[in-house]
Amino acid sequence: MQEHEVQMQVNGKVVSGKVESRTHLGDFLRQSAGLTGTHLGCEHGVCGACTVIVDGDAVRSCLMLAVQADNCEVTTIEGIAEADGTLHPLQEAFRNNHALQCGFCTAGMITSLHAFLSENPNRSETEIREAISGNICRCTGYQGIVSAAMEAAEKLAKR
Amino acid sequence: MKASAFTYHKPNSLEDALGLLQNEEDAKVLAGGQSLMPMLNMRFVQPETVIDVNGLDELARISVTDKLEIGALTRQKTLAKDPTIKQHLPIMQEALTWVGHFQTQSRGTIGGSLCHLDPAAELPMVALLYDAELQVASASGIRSIPMQEWALAYMMPSIGPDELLTKIMIKPWQGSHGYGFQEFARRHGDFAIAAAGCLIKIDNNIIEDIAISIGGVEDVPRRFTECEDVLRGMRYDIDDIKTHVREPLSQINYLDDSLVTGAYRRRLLKGLLIRAIEQAASRS
Repeated sequence: MQEHEVQMQVNGKVVSGKVESRTHLGDFLRQSAGLTGTHLGCEHGVCGACTVIVDGDAVRSCLMLAVQADNCEVTTIEGIAEADGTLHPLQEAFRNNHALQCGFCTAGMITSLHAFLSENPNRSETEIREAISGNICRCTGYQGIVSAAMEAAEKLAKR
Repeated sequence: MKASAFTYHKPNSLEDALGLLQNEEDAKVLAGGQSLMPMLNMRFVQPETVIDVNGLDELARISVTDKLEIGALTRQKTLAKDPTIKQHLPIMQEALTWVGHFQTQSRGTIGGSLCHLDPAAELPMVALLYDAELQVASASGIRSIPMQEWALAYMMPSIGPDELLTKIMIKPWQGSHGYGFQEFARRHGDFAIAAAGCLIKIDNNIIEDIAISIGGVEDVPRRFTECEDVLRGMRYDIDDIKTHVREPLSQINYLDDSLVTGAYRRRLLKGLLIRAIEQAASRS
């Protein structure tokens, strides 16, 4: 069994560990870094629950090997709020708009929208719907999520 | 849903990568990972060795001479925003709006789409429209393959186990012409149930040249030459076109499975094809 030493910045902190070649980033974050906010749903890139931000890009953490994230900067749902616990506008908006029920998809929704709105917060509803078309939610019917994303986008645009 | 164990290599040069491909038995090339990783996780493939080519920056470049040369490792998100692609190959950017999601485009590569060769993949459809040439390299040399000979069978490109796709060469059409790309999928970004791409050159209301590619309806995406041959030289009249595409559309051996029937694919493709032709004509 081949193992690799990896080191990455996760939510601003250095995380290192030994991983097998086959371990994907999602499992590394959950099992080695103890960051269980990243949820693994389908593990073949369809559901979007495991989305994290790697070097500024939203990616499926189940479709990237942990060893490939060596020396990368990773942001997970745990790194979205400020250090003092102040919620990010997206998190606030999710709360205001009842944009989650069971919460399984929420981490992926927020990391996806975070990357999407960081690039440009001036987005139409259609663009937002397309952006989260790769994130499956089984509870909400998406209306609350879209409303939350619109509300957060407006706030972020004013920043 | 966990991959079986494999040995991982990350070569830093093309030469090293080709050496590994030659020497390692049962190796798979890992580029963007948006097709290989699901297959690994589901153990559809269980290679001994995975060769990660993400360190080969020389394969991630776009350049223009008399043709467009796109490195196989160019990410879909780069293609979707690149000004050179926008200028010379706008249909590729239009097709990319249908490719997966922005979270998969951030890693997925053009070479990966071409080598995975899903029957419904959009990027091979674009390469087909332009009769692209694909350059593949191995330790024993370089060869180039015309796009129309790339697909051998269902998800089987014409590439050997020791070869690596390095470059896609596309010659854009010259002169005034239009392009159209239409697709239908159950969810935005899912694989197409049916898709059609079209390039058209109209002079004095005569269809001087036309290229059509179809995806999602057969084992492999392909040029719809039977239909092109019928339409080329015709007067551009959409009602006439609707009549003339019937025969070639009826000759297609439509995929028919438990989720989507062949009859549904046939109906969809007819509508999408006409829309793609109209869209291309309106832009010509």
